[in-house]
Amino acid sequence: MLKGLIGKKIGMTRLFLDEGRAVPVTVLQVGPCTVVQVKNPDKEKYSALQLGFGEKKASRTSKPLAGHFAKAGAEPQAVLKEFKVADTAEFEVGQQITAEIFAPGEKVNVTGRTKGRGFSGVVKRHGFGGGRKTHGCTTHDAPGSIGMSADPSRVLKGKRMPGRYGNDRSQARNLKVVDVRPEDNLVLVKGAVPGAKGGIVFIEKA
Amino acid sequence: MDPIELIAREQVRVDIPQFRAGDTIKVHVRIKEGEKERVQLFEGVVLRRRGEGPGATFTVRKISYGVGVERIFPLNSPVVDKVEVVTRGKVRQGRIYYLRGLRGKAARIKEASRR
Repeated sequence: MLKGLIGKKIGMTRLFLDEGRAVPVTVLQVGPCTVVQVKNPDKEKYSALQLGFGEKKASRTSKPLAGHFAKAGAEPQAVLKEFKVADTAEFEVGQQITAEIFAPGEKVNVTGRTKGRGFSGVVKRHGFGGGRKTHGCTTHDAPGSIGMSADPSRVLKGKRMPGRYGNDRSQARNLKVVDVRPEDNLVLVKGAVPGAKGGIVFIEKA
Repeated sequence: MDPIELIAREQVRVDIPQFRAGDTIKVHVRIKEGEKERVQLFEGVVLRRRGEGPGATFTVRKISYGVGVERIFPLNSPVVDKVEVVTRGKVRQGRIYYLRGLRGKAARIKEASRR
């Protein structure tokens, strides 16, 4: 049983269920993923599938990777990712796996990369309160004091400060699959998913 | 085509007649009471329409036992069973909030001759 696939975030919309409830959903393009390599306990000491997703120009593919794809008889893939499976017998190299492995009602975890926010201040990055906006206050968005005095004469490790924010790996757990449309390779999950539209995500059964 | 647009179009209802702010409409609202489902009428003046696509809503105002009552309905929700247009009103604004401050004779809306 394969538990996960590679996909792309398309965007968000809402669905109305029969009883009139409106559900916010994220539309994900999931697969089709090509099995590029099957890893067996005999050789690699564990069971897994290496899946590929997305198109990539042959001219943009490095020679070693091109050889790897040629061996699998597959087109160059944009993304490669390994998923563990209990038994590799039911899979073979070159096989296409579609969104059909997911069913409505299931819970999934979706891993993606959050939107990069660049060098961000402490209010955005760590949720600091900041200063007053009015009443003569001149520091609206500063971290304030970052420590004590002669003792300890240094800033404590882990002190939350401005810096690069976003573009981190992040996982949204236990999202309910609302709808699966294998003909369009679409999976609709309830709620938000990390990353920008068009971002690569990994969908795994929770 | 963009999958988001396709899914949004599936959600948008085509059986709802055209109406706009100032119109008097009857909204048939599906109400679930335990196991039983029935339809309730909510008749009043449309104050405004908001948004487009699946998330569009409209506000209806009526005077119930002397008290102004406003309800906001999602335009595409199955909760809205049916919409009937009673009269088309002649108003100049897209959002006729000024109606809230008026009562009785002053709160009347002239019927539009043709639209």
